[in-house]
Amino acid sequence: MLDFSVLTNNIDDYLEGFKYTIYASLLGLAGSFVLGTLIAVFRISPFAALRGFGTAYVEFFRNIPLLLVVFLFYYGLSSFGLQLDGFTSGTLGLMVYTSSFIAEAIRAGIQSVPAGQMEAARSTGLTYVQAMRFIILPQAVRIVIPPISNQFLNLVKNSSILGVFAGLDLMYFGDQVNLDTYDAVSTYLFVGMFYLILTFPLAYATRVLERRMANAA
Amino acid sequence: MDFGGAYSWHNLRFILEGFGYTLKLAFVAIILSFVLGVASGVIRYARIPVLSAIVGAIVETLRNLPLLLLILFAYIALPQMGIKLSIFWASVLALTAFEAAMISEIVRSGLASVHKGLIEAARSSGLTYIQTLRHIILPIGLRRMVPPTVSQFISLLKDTSLAVIISAPELMHNVGIVRGQQESYFFPVIFLAALLYFLVNYGLSLLSKRLEVNEGARRKPTGKKAGPGAGTKAAAEA
Amino acid sequence: MKKNKLWGAGATMLLAIALVVSGCGAKNDNNGGGSASNDSASNGSAGGSEESGIIKDIKDRGKLIVGVKYDTKLFGLKDTASGNVEGFDIDISKAIAKKIFGDESKIELKEVTSKTRIQMLDNGDIDLIVATMTITDERKKQVDFSDVYFKAGQSLLVKQGSPITGLKDITKDSKVLGVKGATSIKNIEDKVPGLRVMQFENYQEAFAALKAGKGDTLTTDNAILYGMAKQDPGYTVVGGTFTDEPYGIAAKKGNTDLVALVNETLKEMKDSGEYATIYEKWIGEKPPTE
Repeated sequence: MLDFSVLTNNIDDYLEGFKYTIYASLLGLAGSFVLGTLIAVFRISPFAALRGFGTAYVEFFRNIPLLLVVFLFYYGLSSFGLQLDGFTSGTLGLMVYTSSFIAEAIRAGIQSVPAGQMEAARSTGLTYVQAMRFIILPQAVRIVIPPISNQFLNLVKNSSILGVFAGLDLMYFGDQVNLDTYDAVSTYLFVGMFYLILTFPLAYATRVLERRMANAA
Repeated sequence: MDFGGAYSWHNLRFILEGFGYTLKLAFVAIILSFVLGVASGVIRYARIPVLSAIVGAIVETLRNLPLLLLILFAYIALPQMGIKLSIFWASVLALTAFEAAMISEIVRSGLASVHKGLIEAARSSGLTYIQTLRHIILPIGLRRMVPPTVSQFISLLKDTSLAVIISAPELMHNVGIVRGQQESYFFPVIFLAALLYFLVNYGLSLLSKRLEVNEGARRKPTGKKAGPGAGTKAAAEA
Repeated sequence: MKKNKLWGAGATMLLAIALVVSGCGAKNDNNGGGSASNDSASNGSAGGSEESGIIKDIKDRGKLIVGVKYDTKLFGLKDTASGNVEGFDIDISKAIAKKIFGDESKIELKEVTSKTRIQMLDNGDIDLIVATMTITDERKKQVDFSDVYFKAGQSLLVKQGSPITGLKDITKDSKVLGVKGATSIKNIEDKVPGLRVMQFENYQEAFAALKAGKGDTLTTDNAILYGMAKQDPGYTVVGGTFTDEPYGIAAKKGNTDLVALVNETLKEMKDSGEYATIYEKWIGEKPPTE
């Protein structure tokens, strides 16, 4: 059932795809964290316009499929003269899509810190930003780390969308191998194995963090 | 942009047909993945020798693979192992396997979040393990799982779009065909697709939020704010 | 319904187990069970008694199931207005249905892509592939082909006014678009060493990518490219053909009776002039003489 020659004969393709999957995941991870934090700050900012933007952003991207988001980057932007390849569009799509979930996780974390603390901090003379930076965020971070690491896990899995846009990832090269070998079972099981190499450690780390949080609480 | 041409009545009908298929696919997969997800979650929580370990290994594997891969596997690879499914049932199988694994994890961690003291109290008051599970752990745990489970259903509805890869005639597939008629149709049809997904999902998320508010109100007196339940909720959103 | 759901549940478990085996049990090389059942399955379909069975199966079912393209103008394109799929491949398929049943409407069309079609045939989802499929030695190992029913050749589609006028202008750094599973990918990669073709799920996507400016040229069979150029006059086919792509109708390996029937149908169509009529209707010119 499992033919190891499929792996050994096509190892170059597998590794090439694996490399791009890792690139997309790392870039997506960094980008979605930065973007997500920014949107979360918008969501709880004292300015109505920023809050409105943050809310619209989160609700829009959370409620449409990732496939559509990548479509917008890949085809939509080219109508405005911005030409992005499959890898770039896919990675940007991943960033934007995942950032909406991360923003929500961070917002929930920040708002879980009792409002009295902000008031107390402000009354001691700290500015809003200082209070955020030194009082609220350090507490919120502990709460949001498990859900965020879970989002990163999802991001790695979702990076497979690149394969649909010639994004050179594992999924894309998996299709190439299948078309060469016609052994879909072995081909895709090995593709799965490569994903598990990335996702199992992440899932384990998430579990540990969740447990630690639960014990601390 | 050409909204008039893109939205000709036969194109609209064709796109809505695709949306109907999307809803049908999501509905069947939601029912099946909910049943399998709750069952496997309880089995994993209950720590039944051997069985829990096997179910746990299956769930962990499925949960950590891309859905796109499972869809391709169900449609292209399973036939080579003698299991032949139509496009619809291959999509249902892959979606169910993946989403059930996600729900299983919500259920398991939801049950695990029930306070240990509560369980010990119940046991010491003379309840058997099964009785404790039935009357204490399940009612409390299940209530906490409602919002993340609804979030998972939203994910599932979005995830049906991946079935386009095996030519399932769902929304994205039909949108693609209409878009192929003319380049200027891109924005009109993409906008329509986004709107359809958004309307259903936003409705579901409002529902989820209401359930969450009720739950929060109920939980407040215990003084427990964002416990593991919060983590579980975000975990579900993919 | 109920039976299908049981199937689904059973298959879920199997899928899960298969994945676990691959993930955790790499050292387990005892897959005798799996391969044994595979062997018996393929023996069954290739067995003598089955050969005459396929046409009987089709007749019992009351319709011929053909895998065609839904996204390829001139050959197989879904028209959202009529709800029908139309094209050269469709008309050929109807003629085969007519040969079997005496009624061209006793047919069911299923959408295939270059990536999925062989596996759908193996799967038993479809009886025949009539989907712009080139006859190659590699594919002959997978399926049984009919005689050639259309002679295409690989060419290039570019935007009007493109500096690319033929294969000679393609370098390894050119951005060439294609479709997963098409022979044209390997052909051009062989002719232009170092070239990596960007591949999409189907022709619709590949053409959309070209129109969006994702590549310099789209390569596949000229017949398909002419359909695209017809769809959007801003694009044109350049440089003539640089390969021969004889299209064949594919049946599952061992279904020789069905292949014979298809060949007979094609011959009758050519003799009666029906083939020429269909050819002219879609391609816009008379078929080349043999």
